[in-house]
Amino acid sequence: MRITSVVVALLLLGLHMPVASAQDLADEVAELRVLLTSVQQDYEARISDLEIRLARAEQLASGAKREATEAFDIAEQTAIDQSAGTSAANTFNPALGAVLSGLYSNIDGFELGEAEINLKADVDDRFFGNLTFAVGEEDGEGEIELEEAWLQTTSLPGGVAVRGGRFFSGAGYLNEFHRHVDDFVDRPLPYQAFYDGQFKVDGVKASWVARTSMLFELGAEASTSGETLLANFGGDIGASNSWQVGMSWVKTDPEALIGDGELTLVDFVWKWAPNGNSGQRSFKLQGEHFSSEDSGWYLQGVWQFLPQWRVGLRHDTFEASDRDSVMLDWSPSEYSRLRLQYINDRVLAETDHQWFLQYIMSLGAHGAHQF
Amino acid sequence: MVHISFEDSRMRSLLLLITILSLPVSAHAIEVFACEPEWASLVGELAGEHANVTVATTAFQDPHRLQAKPSLIAAIRKADLVVCTGADLEIGWLPLLLRRGGNPEIFMAADFVRKLEVPKVISRSQGDIHPQGNPHVHLDPRNIRRVAVALAEQLAKMDTENAADYNARFSDFQDRWSDALATWDQRAMSLAGLEIASHHRSFSYLANWLGLDIVATIESKPGIPPSGAQLASLLEILSDKSPAVIIRTPYENEKPSLWLTDHLSVPAIELPYTILGNAAVTDLFTLFDETLRLLEEYRS
Repeated sequence: MRITSVVVALLLLGLHMPVASAQDLADEVAELRVLLTSVQQDYEARISDLEIRLARAEQLASGAKREATEAFDIAEQTAIDQSAGTSAANTFNPALGAVLSGLYSNIDGFELGEAEINLKADVDDRFFGNLTFAVGEEDGEGEIELEEAWLQTTSLPGGVAVRGGRFFSGAGYLNEFHRHVDDFVDRPLPYQAFYDGQFKVDGVKASWVARTSMLFELGAEASTSGETLLANFGGDIGASNSWQVGMSWVKTDPEALIGDGELTLVDFVWKWAPNGNSGQRSFKLQGEHFSSEDSGWYLQGVWQFLPQWRVGLRHDTFEASDRDSVMLDWSPSEYSRLRLQYINDRVLAETDHQWFLQYIMSLGAHGAHQF
Repeated sequence: MVHISFEDSRMRSLLLLITILSLPVSAHAIEVFACEPEWASLVGELAGEHANVTVATTAFQDPHRLQAKPSLIAAIRKADLVVCTGADLEIGWLPLLLRRGGNPEIFMAADFVRKLEVPKVISRSQGDIHPQGNPHVHLDPRNIRRVAVALAEQLAKMDTENAADYNARFSDFQDRWSDALATWDQRAMSLAGLEIASHHRSFSYLANWLGLDIVATIESKPGIPPSGAQLASLLEILSDKSPAVIIRTPYENEKPSLWLTDHLSVPAIELPYTILGNAAVTDLFTLFDETLRLLEEYRS
């Protein structure tokens, strides 16, 4: 509009030219100059204003674009993760792991340990399954032994869980652990005497965890071997200490376990690590007492003095026999372990000096860190 | 009985009054089990008094090495929602706990961010690697923002009664976070290109955000402490490209870092890494404030 008025003004000026004096002309030119300058400034202001707005809009657009690209990348990667490296048929394969071990002793020379193979997976949204079998040789003949074959509920309300199949009984702290995570090459005397190493039952187990700040758990087992009632308590003391105490009452056929068929167990474990971080140093103290017609107990401590090195001391007795063991193990990673152990064995009349060198290696799926 | 005595109805009203007064003032709060302190803090920001949060680990504990101890079994028993990192960081203990829990909702933060360092070769010969990528995702404030979006949605979905409140808290958090992020980005400009050595790959996301140059990782294969030979070759590599500072988390072994300090004359510091990693870090905002402050002392 301003341009049009300027042009019109110029035209009118042109039409009226002959009458104006020189001074009038100069005045008009000066006026025009001022007008032009202000128009120029006006348009420059508007253009720079537009440029700023354009820059802001570009910035917003590129920011939004970056976010959109990022979101797209994340969605793409999630899709890639879900299909990564596995064909559709194998996607739901159970977690598979194997443990290889071997033992050299001054009594029996080299003995290949059983290879333990474990499969575990969610069956569906209600059940979880676990299968462990041990493959070995006994007297030159191949042998496969079923260690665990159980299913457990995962979604029952009220802190209740039911397990069924073949499982390690909860009677005794050490009993629920696989042998390859033991701190010594062999099981304590009471375990060997009462359980022949490990008490496996075929049956059903129900357990309940109370809604308390300290762990309070009750359990009951009914199996082909008999019945068991158990209770566990546990908690933390500060950031560095954790403990658990358990009690169990086992009632079996007198033939199934030695003694009168009734067994009472008390177990405890105490773990210490600075600030609860077991990376460099830690200490574990555990003990169990078995009483039936006969009784036995053990007490052991394991001290981790370097990130990969641990030393352990154990005293175990059953009836009139007792032994002392000391062990040293080196774990270059979470999955491999070498152990040297000495047992001062006073089970028989003569003291026996036993030396062992053991390797335990774990392949495949990451094992659970049981307490 | 046809007639009810005056005494009886007064008694009944009194009993009713006592019952009402003894009910908890706020409606049922969500029980949250957080695996790491950073997520506990985020839940606190987004949910406030609507959530009771229990944390499984502290800044001084390596989340990878934790065991399924009795206190955690008891804690997860009452959880409605479990908020963890995922990407297999908690694989050694969380699955065991979840099977003992009451079927809580599970929220994995790593699902909502882009993961760095996804390995091409998946084998334990490379150390204790995580197949989905580096799980230490929280040290990039842009990741915190993305996780907050998803977590706020999850909370509102679980507790629809208080959805409006969650939205309000979320908007407030987003505004404060955006402002904080703007100031951090400003400070980050002076840190770009800073050469650092790290004990473990715990700071990859921090380095990615700030543009830090991680010239060496002492633990070249995760989970396997470096051998004498590895440390010697590390010294050789670093003699040309010396870092300005060596960083580690509060739970990592200080010995390898201090050994490197002795041989390179480069300072080794402990970064807070997560909430209460040092006394000044009480929430997610101070986590990044402190981390930047400590690194700024070494900028060239």
